[in-house]
Amino acid sequence: MDILFLARLQFALTSVFHFFFVPLTLGLSIFTAILETAWVRTGNEKYLKLVQFWGRLFLINFAVGVVTGIVMEFQFGMNWSEYSRFVGDIFGVPLAIEALLAFFMESTFLGIWIFGRDRLPKAVHAASIWLVALGSNLSALWILVANSFMQAPVGFRMAADGSRAEMTDFAALLFNPNVWKQFPHVLAGGIVTGGFLVIAISVWHLMKGTKDREAFITSMKFGTIYAFIGTIFVTMAGHTQMQHIMKTQPMKVAAAEALWETENPASFSLFTIGNEEKLEDVFSIRIPRLLSFLAYNSFEGEVKGIRDLQAEYETKYGTGNYIPSIITAYWSFRLMVGAGTLMLFVSLLGLWKVSRDDYRFSPFIGALFFWSMLLPWIANSTGWILAEMGRQPWIVFGLLKTEQAVTPASVVSSGELILSITLFTLLYLMLAAADLFLIRKYAALGLEAAE
Amino acid sequence: MELQTLWFILVAVLFTGFFFLEGFDFGVGILLPFIGREDQERRALINTIGPFWDGNEVWLVTAGGAMFAAFPHWYATLFSGFYPALLLMLAAIIFRGVAFEFRSKHKHPAWRNFWDWSIFVGSAVPALLWGVALANIIRGVPIDASMNYAGGFLNLLNPYALACGIASLLIFTLHGAVFLTLKTNGEIRERSMRAAKSVWLPAVALSFVFMFYTYVETDLYLHLGINPGIIPVFSVLALLSVKVLLDKNASGWAFAMTGIAIAFSSATIFMGLYPRVLVSSLNPDWSLTIQNASSSPYTLGIMSMVALIFVPLVLLYQGWSYWVFRQRVTTDSHHEY
Repeated sequence: MDILFLARLQFALTSVFHFFFVPLTLGLSIFTAILETAWVRTGNEKYLKLVQFWGRLFLINFAVGVVTGIVMEFQFGMNWSEYSRFVGDIFGVPLAIEALLAFFMESTFLGIWIFGRDRLPKAVHAASIWLVALGSNLSALWILVANSFMQAPVGFRMAADGSRAEMTDFAALLFNPNVWKQFPHVLAGGIVTGGFLVIAISVWHLMKGTKDREAFITSMKFGTIYAFIGTIFVTMAGHTQMQHIMKTQPMKVAAAEALWETENPASFSLFTIGNEEKLEDVFSIRIPRLLSFLAYNSFEGEVKGIRDLQAEYETKYGTGNYIPSIITAYWSFRLMVGAGTLMLFVSLLGLWKVSRDDYRFSPFIGALFFWSMLLPWIANSTGWILAEMGRQPWIVFGLLKTEQAVTPASVVSSGELILSITLFTLLYLMLAAADLFLIRKYAALGLEAAE
Repeated sequence: MELQTLWFILVAVLFTGFFFLEGFDFGVGILLPFIGREDQERRALINTIGPFWDGNEVWLVTAGGAMFAAFPHWYATLFSGFYPALLLMLAAIIFRGVAFEFRSKHKHPAWRNFWDWSIFVGSAVPALLWGVALANIIRGVPIDASMNYAGGFLNLLNPYALACGIASLLIFTLHGAVFLTLKTNGEIRERSMRAAKSVWLPAVALSFVFMFYTYVETDLYLHLGINPGIIPVFSVLALLSVKVLLDKNASGWAFAMTGIAIAFSSATIFMGLYPRVLVSSLNPDWSLTIQNASSSPYTLGIMSMVALIFVPLVLLYQGWSYWVFRQRVTTDSHHEY
């Protein structure tokens, strides 16, 4: 089988699975730290029990996030050795710094937090979970510094022999506008993921009428505010990011919109079935002028279409196909935005309930709150699929194509790739099952969880 | 000193730190099913490394990241070339990592047993494979003119590499057993002591096999010269002294010595490798060296500054965590895992 296809499948599988766990780690670490701070400040035992409850769920999730992250680091060398040679001078740096600055801090202080409750003063113990939260989120920042180089390369020159990109300006890499558009979006995505999980589990307990009603009301309040702030933040950050991508990777936006021809003013697609071969609509409902408004905050403005961009890229980079999979980009964008919109409604509804101190839920509203916890997962995964698939055929935009980046077949055969995909799939299915089993068990057990 | 040499040393230090630190928690994992006979004992054993193992593992992640950034070709050739071995190692590390967290969260005996054996396999497989990998790196593997690995998986499983693998498995087990004599009490400590004493002889024997075999298979001694300096000599002396120290019940010193044995033999291997980073068995000119495998001077300079500022900080708080959890762990202690 085709090496390139298999290597991409492997990368998609491991990175999407890894990213099931990361946003929850980001969001729940901050949430646990907030609760522990509340405990230190008030001395109210209720907060301590909540810290232990949410902390346990955090740890179960964290374990899978960490171990799958190690695979990510090594797989660049394993499956993408030509990529590693080409960008090692640049891409490896944020990765190494991530480990040194963030990962060490996160892991060491997590050990201190788990084992240190009886050994350390309360405030030091609370500080250690804040350092875990800081470490996790810094980790995300450095990974996005690395990823942003792939999205919008800056601060480099090509080596004299053209064999690799060399760093010329570390500050430019760090202050790559793409980083500072993408990071708030990912950070807020984590907050939203944590917030909606907290709401779901709290509502479940309140509906079932388990004991610790008062504590889960507190969770619901904290969680709702947390989720609401996160949702507002994630929507705004997403909007800014899209306007930025419009400038740096117009093809990604055009594909996400199935916008075949350049339009001015440009319409927003509500629902399109297109023909990818002929680059035209089969059926489409569009809202006039809305895309221009989203792009430029004005109902006028040109948005380039796929055909024109393809022609433009062919002039610039030579003949070839510069169009990513439109169906993937289009539907992942719609799922992400759709999930985000639903989250906004649900968190507003939660805020309304909380503000009225109303913790009785009809079966429908209860189910709505509960299943809404899946929305951030849908949005997180589809968001990354859009970011990575929408950049194709480039692995580093404008510099290196994905097909040039893969490890040569003479080094890693398709047999080895199939073996590794099978192994990881089985392993990940097992981990997911064990993780889900434990999270359900401890979520349902409530505050007095025994072993 | 040129930056390439500095970064060769730093990568070597990171791997050495990883072998030293994760070495003892691998050892504890390997001994877990044998020293811990019932659940409470196993929990005590796991809790001796509970606060540390995750931080120890980051030494590997950092070493990998540093290699990627400072020597991209080394990283690319090594990890693509050793593909199946690395795959196994990753699978092992995944199982092990979640096992610590998962095993205590459910009381069913089959559940606990499954994760306990995951900890064993997840510790033994990397302990063995790191030895295999190191041996192949110094022995040389088929690397062609384009820096690509040109051998299969079986090429890596030569008798020399396997001998080194078994030696490293035994030494890590010894290191873990000695660590346990330092961190436990009562009957578990006695069993750990017995385990340490009985692993010592095979560990020494295999180490000598490995040293002799290295003379036959590699040019390591040629590189070190007639006077190899104190580091290789001390690694041997340290390993030999462990038995005497254990007999005197001096656990702390014995642990220092297994640590020195590991750190110094790792250092010896890197010294013998320098200035190469991966030896080509096809043509010496095709070997990867610190010159032809490295990043640009600018990148190395940036990395040096970052390392200068943050490595001391990491050492400080990791040291502090070892200080916080310095007490012995007993079966009556409160156990997290």
